[in-house]
Amino acid sequence: MGLESKLINDGFFTTTVDAMAAWARESSVWPMPMGISCCAIEMMASGDPKYDISRFGSEVMRFTPRQCDLMIVAGTVTYKMAHVVKKIFDQMPEPKWVIAMGACTSTGGMYRSYNVVQGIDQFLPVDIYAAGCPPRPENLLNALMQIQDKIGKTRVKDFPDPPHTSIDEKQGELSLSKN
Amino acid sequence: MQKLTKDDVHPKIVQALLGTNVHITIDDALENEMILNMGPQHPATHGVLRLLLRLDGETVIACVPELGYLHRGYEKMAENMSYLEFIPHTDRLDYISPPANNVAYALAVEKLAGITAPPRAQYIRMLLAELARMCSHLVAIGALAMDVGALTVFLWGLREREKILDFFDVICGARFTTSYTRIGGVASDVTSDTMKNIISFIDQFEEKFDEMERLLNGNRIFIERLEGVGVINKEDAIDLGFTGPNIRASGVEFDLRRATPYLFYNEMDFNIPVYTEGDCLARYFVRADELRESAKIVRQVIDKIPNGEVMLNSPKKVLPRKTEIYTKMEELIHDFMIVNFGINPPVGEVYHAVENPKGVLGFYIVSKGEGHPWKMKIRSPSFANIQAIPHLVKGQMISDVVAIVGSIDPIMGEADK
Amino acid sequence: MKELLKDKLTGQFTTVQFEFIEQFDELTLKFDKSAIVNVCAFLKDEDGLKFNFCEDVTAIDWATRKNRFTVVYHIFSMENKFRLCLKVDVDESECSVESVSSIWKAANWAEREAYDMYGIIFLNHPDLRRMYMPEEFEYHPLRKEYPLMGIPGAIPLPKK
Repeated sequence: MGLESKLINDGFFTTTVDAMAAWARESSVWPMPMGISCCAIEMMASGDPKYDISRFGSEVMRFTPRQCDLMIVAGTVTYKMAHVVKKIFDQMPEPKWVIAMGACTSTGGMYRSYNVVQGIDQFLPVDIYAAGCPPRPENLLNALMQIQDKIGKTRVKDFPDPPHTSIDEKQGELSLSKN
Repeated sequence: MQKLTKDDVHPKIVQALLGTNVHITIDDALENEMILNMGPQHPATHGVLRLLLRLDGETVIACVPELGYLHRGYEKMAENMSYLEFIPHTDRLDYISPPANNVAYALAVEKLAGITAPPRAQYIRMLLAELARMCSHLVAIGALAMDVGALTVFLWGLREREKILDFFDVICGARFTTSYTRIGGVASDVTSDTMKNIISFIDQFEEKFDEMERLLNGNRIFIERLEGVGVINKEDAIDLGFTGPNIRASGVEFDLRRATPYLFYNEMDFNIPVYTEGDCLARYFVRADELRESAKIVRQVIDKIPNGEVMLNSPKKVLPRKTEIYTKMEELIHDFMIVNFGINPPVGEVYHAVENPKGVLGFYIVSKGEGHPWKMKIRSPSFANIQAIPHLVKGQMISDVVAIVGSIDPIMGEADK
Repeated sequence: MKELLKDKLTGQFTTVQFEFIEQFDELTLKFDKSAIVNVCAFLKDEDGLKFNFCEDVTAIDWATRKNRFTVVYHIFSMENKFRLCLKVDVDESECSVESVSSIWKAANWAEREAYDMYGIIFLNHPDLRRMYMPEEFEYHPLRKEYPLMGIPGAIPLPKK
């Protein structure tokens, strides 16, 4: 299966750095579970023994945004929560992707009301919209596979390093004076 | 080298922390208590609960919960939609146990409209509500165990929950958000095959749950993290509006299934588990015992369920069956009227509360005789339970906050509405 | 229970006008808002009544009526397993009522919620702030004049 079957003949194979990097990226998408409401329960269910998200290399749910490259926004985003979601998204390192899980996050869904953001794409760049209220775990896995397809088509030069800023420059005067 | 004292060093550190353009003066910030923000995105706050904690070292001195991160405006939406349209919204209140909320809402509207569902429908409602209670408690116990470091129980709990969700899938057509009840009955009948499967599930469940319990009850870390943590006495528990398993862990035998019986709960033989310690461990034990009692009720329901209709025959109030709508004129007109103008219950106000897995869930509906409610208020158990968190966490360690929040099992969907 | 309640209340409060309404097997008690704290304290502590559990406090907006709001209290007696609904009318011009959170702690948050949603001021409340909406929000969403979809721009969104 996979790599082993290619290696069995000659013991080596040729590929491009692009393909290698994309393959590595797509097979270990670490999600940031932005569990807000009902969809979060289905997201939990997709990690349980029956659906087993680890088959896709994504069981590593990290609750700190610094270790993640996929944000699954699972649940109704209210105006008050939108600022929190945005703040967490900004803390994720590049490259990063977003799944809008469920109808509420995609369009506001059944919540046509004064406090629900009618679609998180008003403030986040969404890659995949998963349909359902909430989507079944299978559908979340499908969304994940689509993200993997999308990542598989990327190339290394798509993600240049951000311009380098040192911590000293950013915080300048905040650093401890030595005297 | 000159020896520096605290008074020389601290101002410099504080100055560096604050920067130059901040107008805060602190006498000595490094000797002071600190404010810690926990949530709204935190794995142990069960959703989007935000706790502001004032700490002295690791000890919590004060706590202020902040809600509203999931305020979806249910009560406003209810005023703008018909009674039937609101049923799917009740799923998403306490989203761990949707059928129980469906039942609570349907009972409130039926009380207002002055109708009663047929006996078979009421038994099915009881069956679904108890299965939902099992779902909820499995997740609650699993999440509590996960919060204090025992992941296996959570996965085993979800495994059993999946089996129950499969039954919901067969009965309701949806595994999670069921929207199963209708005003005057339930959407569809439960076949005898499904009931047989449920019985065989219950048979193996008791064994599986024994296994889970052994994993926890023999786990010294689990016990010591919970025992004597977050104690609340009987009077405070009542005063703060605790309900459900939480109040029964404080020694109050209060269960609306017994206090004000609804459906056919007065014909069921079950115990109300009560513990007097009032700590996190007692709240876990109550849930574990209730799981067994619910399994007992499910058995009795399937044993006693009568045959008959699952929807009431009351054309002005209850939706007719789809097969009849397509073939009969009169049913078509009734369907049109109910869908477009609503069921128009009489003018009045009704409050109906039931015992949900989390506690007392009440619906207060004010009707002006129109198709949509004039006002609807949802009395949600989690809202009142969260109110007690500042009382519970005072004087505890920061790591205990996680255990306490896990043990009272709040669901923000219904707390924020 | 209903008779006992009537006797006790009319015996204790001679100056307050009580209106008893029975509907759908529920007893509702309507009276003037000035007596709310005294009546609630009496209902909680009196032997034989012991309404020790406050389930809910909410309000109704009647939109066009003279006394625009009605504040509704649902209280339950665990001893007697009996539920009672209390109602007091509040006018829009004054829009305030005494808080009962000193009697039942559970009323604390429920009153904050009613304040957030309807703008009714609960006097002597220990911590009256908004429950759900952000602090800088200007409106009270459950009032009938507030539109379902809200007022655009009332709550800001983060920039893209």
